[in-house]
Parts: sequence; structure tokens; C-alpha cells
Amino acid sequence: MRESSVAGATIELENLTKRYPGHPEPAVDNVSMEIRAGETVIFVGPSGCGKSTTLKMINRLIEPTGGRIRIDGEDVTRIDPVRLRRKIGYAIQSSGLFPHLTVAQNIALVPRMTGWSKPRVRDRVEEMLDLVGLDPGDFHGRYPRQLSGGQQQRVGVARALAADPPVLLMDEPFGAVDPITRDHLQDELIRLQRELHKTIVFVTHDFDEAIKLGDRIAVLRERSHIAQFDTPEAILTNPADDFVSGFVGAGAALKRLNLTRVRDVEVRDYPTVTVDTPLQQIFGFLRGSGTNEILLLDRRGRPYKWLRRGDLMRARGSLARAGTLVHDTVTRDATLRDALEAVLTDNAGRVAVTGRRGEYTGVVDMETLINSVHELLEADRLEAMEAQAELVEARAQQTHVEQEGHGGEEKA
Amino acid sequence: MNFWEYLGSRHQQLLADAFQHASAVFQCMVLATLIGVLVGVVTYRTEWAGHLATLTTSTILTVPSLALIGLLIPVVGLGVAPTVIALTLYGLLPIVRNAIVGLRGVDPDLVDAARGIGMSRPARLLRVELPLAWPPILTGIRVATQMLMGIAAVAAYASGPGLGNEIFRGLASLGSKNALNQVLAGTLGIVILALLFDAGYVLLGRLTIPRGIRA
Repeated sequence: MRESSVAGATIELENLTKRYPGHPEPAVDNVSMEIRAGETVIFVGPSGCGKSTTLKMINRLIEPTGGRIRIDGEDVTRIDPVRLRRKIGYAIQSSGLFPHLTVAQNIALVPRMTGWSKPRVRDRVEEMLDLVGLDPGDFHGRYPRQLSGGQQQRVGVARALAADPPVLLMDEPFGAVDPITRDHLQDELIRLQRELHKTIVFVTHDFDEAIKLGDRIAVLRERSHIAQFDTPEAILTNPADDFVSGFVGAGAALKRLNLTRVRDVEVRDYPTVTVDTPLQQIFGFLRGSGTNEILLLDRRGRPYKWLRRGDLMRARGSLARAGTLVHDTVTRDATLRDALEAVLTDNAGRVAVTGRRGEYTGVVDMETLINSVHELLEADRLEAMEAQAELVEARAQQTHVEQEGHGGEEKA
Repeated sequence: MNFWEYLGSRHQQLLADAFQHASAVFQCMVLATLIGVLVGVVTYRTEWAGHLATLTTSTILTVPSLALIGLLIPVVGLGVAPTVIALTLYGLLPIVRNAIVGLRGVDPDLVDAARGIGMSRPARLLRVELPLAWPPILTGIRVATQMLMGIAAVAAYASGPGLGNEIFRGLASLGSKNALNQVLAGTLGIVILALLFDAGYVLLGRLTIPRGIRA
């Protein structure tokens, strides 16, 4: 039986500020935001922007120098931090599991500290392991180093949730695992959150992760200034400024590949012959043209075989036996990403492009792809520069106006 | 009388001395461990305090043992007191140093995690930091024990207990027929004790270092 769990609490940050002695600029400058109960909010931003510091101020691992934190309306800025942290789950990048304790002991830590009875703690450990998808019987007595990175991370999340806190803070929890495991863990977290409705604050520098997990995303710039705090859709379709669009656009090259189709780029023309071409002519063609390889088409003009210069000799002039069969083609409607995939898996790094009825229309290879992506990015860059120029001009005008205004005040 | 005959005739005296030797070293090690770990715990979080602790204890170690015991006699008298004080002081350095190194070597992410899940400072120390620092501390204890085994022999100079008496007696009567046997018996006894203690520590390590962090 699963205990009914505590749903999330609201978190309000009010003018939260962190200054470090000896630094003129605050590390986190006057951050205010409201996080609704049961909501997953992602802090995303470049490294060093203070997103982690902001997160750690919520459970006061870092004491704020100014401002206020309210959880469920209660001001927690002054209460005992140890008591506060037991109500807030905390999961970190390296999983933070204690290597000298077993999985069960790690998970049991917080419930035991909060004074749960032994049988209740034992049941809870089993329940938590079950919840994060690990077989309690198998994993109960293992030590962290006997687990894979992904399993460690799951146990880390189980430990964070063990005492059923309304709030869960996650500091780049999936940053150190391989991409496939990360994908799984993200899916798991989404599933967990659907069941638990905790208030989750999640820090990452990976915008794709933010889009995938967040109900709302706070894009932070330096000193934790909020550049935009909105739903993923709104941020994607309507970035507030060039900083946000720059951040969204990180990895633009690959995203571009998804948005562009093979039909839109220039494909290569390959020397072709058909199966009906007399052998003699094919020989001559191979010898005469500068190429090493030609594409043999079948009677309906579809790519059939790749023929290299030596192939015919080796097959003693039999077209039926010579060459390698074309096993993968892309249509003109395929995205460049599909084409890249096909090119990468092809052992000679080229793939035939076919029209609607499967007829040959051209060939793409690495070179074609690289060239077209360069062109696309170049176009993007020009666009961005124009936008930037406009922005700078607008700002210059604004500053001009402000300075004029100031000057006037001083004189007055 | 050859060495074996000597051992045969004196085994009772030798065993008693060996037992006292072991007992003195053991008790001083317990004391040194308690003090050493405490000093480590108090000083590891500040750079200068850690330095000061290591420096003080290593300064003690540079004082020749005979001189230290000799200096202690006018203050605390003969017998057990100067032995215990000297041995404990000498045992401190490896323990203090390894305690500081071990505690500082605990992954800061883990300490951060311990704080983050709401462990108080004492809980962090007892449940996370000390268990993780225990292997290096145990190594320090082993090294200190080896050292004290030899130094304890010098304690006989202040009428202290142990196999040192055998050695000093032999040295004092050099030339007599049993002198060499006495020195040899005392020295070998100490070596054997040291090996036994070391085996004991290996066992202790097996029993006290959690499987999750055993090398």
C-alpha cells in the first residue's frame, strides 16, 4: 500500500540577494519569483549565472544576504536551517549517495532523522525503491559503488523523496550520466511528478532538458537576473530578448537539420547507368569519367547498385554479381537530420535521394550536408546581426534620452 | 646457555614483560587515538589550525624519546606516568595528520548532500565524515602503533613496564653470559608484538571499514 503523499507547496522568493565578501557585484541580485504548488520550474542559464546559488538559497545551503523566502506562506529565512532542509528534498549531480552506507541506509537517513518508527522506515525504503523503478529485494543491500550511474541517480531521488517533502530541489541531477540514461531518468521524473505533484525546482544548463521537464522555465542571465519566466512553448515561440533567443538557439545547427528538408538543399549529381546499358559502355564510362564509382539504376530508374571500378572485373563482367546493393535511400521530403543519419550509417558515407516514386534524383554525402548547414547558419547569423544592430541602435537612443534627462535634473 | 635455553628458563618473566609492553602500548594508543581524532576534528576545517596541530605534533616527535622521558621524570616521577605521557604524545602525530587529511579528503559534494538533506553538524561528523575518514585514520593508528612499540622499550629507563627492561638489563651487563640473550629476547619480543598488533589492525579494518568504501 502506498501512503498518500504530501503534494507540493508554494515557494516565493522575494528580492533574494547573495553577496560574497570581496566581490563588488552580488552573485545573485534581487531575484523575485513565485513558484506555484505542484509545479516543476526549471532554472536554466549559462554556467556561473547564479542558478545553482539561487537554488541553494531555497534550502539555505547558502545563506541569502538579503531578501525573503516563503514556503507555503511561511517565512523560512529565519527558521532553523536543519529543520527546514528536512522538509525539502535535495538531489545533486553526483547523486551524493554516501558510499559507506547501503542503498537502504541512504534512503532511510532522513525518515530516521525525523523520528519515524523502524517498521515505518523499512516499509518506506521498499516503497521508494519501487517508486524509482529499482527492485527492492535486489538493491536494498547494495552499496552505491555497485550501482550504475543511472541507478545511483534513482536512489538519490528516492532518498530526496523518502521523508515525503512537499518541495524537491534538484541541482543538475542528470548532468553526469550518459545521454540515453539521462533520457530515461527524465521520463521517470515526469512519471514520478505525475503521481506525486511535488513542487520541483530543477537547475540545468541544458535547454532541451528544460523544455522536456518544465511546466515553466526561468531563463537566467548573469547574477541570476530573470531574462524570461514562462512556459516552454512561450519561450520557444516568443523569446523575450536576444539573450533568451541565443540560449534557445544553442545547438542551432542540429535543430536546423530538423527544420530543413532534403528538397531545399542542393543534391549532388552522380554518374549513373541503367541495367540495360551494355557492359562495354559501362566499362568505358568508368574508365573515361574521373569517378571511381557509378550508380546503377534499375529499369524504373530506381537506385539499384553502387559500382566501383574494380567490381566488374572481379565479378567477371556479370552485372548481376558486381557491386553493392543500395540498401538505404532518403526521399526528397526527408529532413536533413534523417539524411545525416543515413549518411553516417552508410559505410561509404553517401546516400541516394529518391523522388516520389522511388526514382533517382541525386545523392547526398557529408560534403553536401556540411555545405548546406553552413549556408543555413550563415543566413541565420546575418539575420541575428541585423536584429542585434537594430537593438543596439534602439538602446543607444534610449541611453541618450536617459542621459539627457539626468543632465537636466542635475542642472535643476 | 644458548638463546633457546634462556627463553625456556625465563619464559614466564618474558611473557609478563611482553604482556605489560603490549598493554602499555595498547592503552596509550587508545588515548592517543581519542586525543588525535579530537584534535583532527577541531582543526581540520581551518587551514592554520590544521597546520598548527600537525606542526606541534611533529615537533614533539623530533624530541628524542630518551630525552623526553628523562625530562618527564622530575615532573611526574618514575614508573607508569612518564611512560604513558611520552607514548601518547609520540602516537599523536600520525593520527592527527591522517585524521586531518582524511576529514579534508571527504568529497565536498557529499558534505553538501549531507547538509542538504538536513543533517546537523554533529550528525554529519559522526555519520558521514568520520566513517569516510576512518580508513586513513586507521592507517595512522597502525603507523603510530609500530612507532610506539619501539619507543615503549625506552620507557624502561624510567622504570616503566615492558620488554625494554629486558633490553636495558642486557645492555647494562654487557659482557656477562646472558647479556646478549636478554637484549635479543627483548628486541625479538617487540618485533613479534608489533607483527601481532599489525595483524590485529588488519582484522579491525575488515570489521570496521564498511564494504562500500573498502579498497
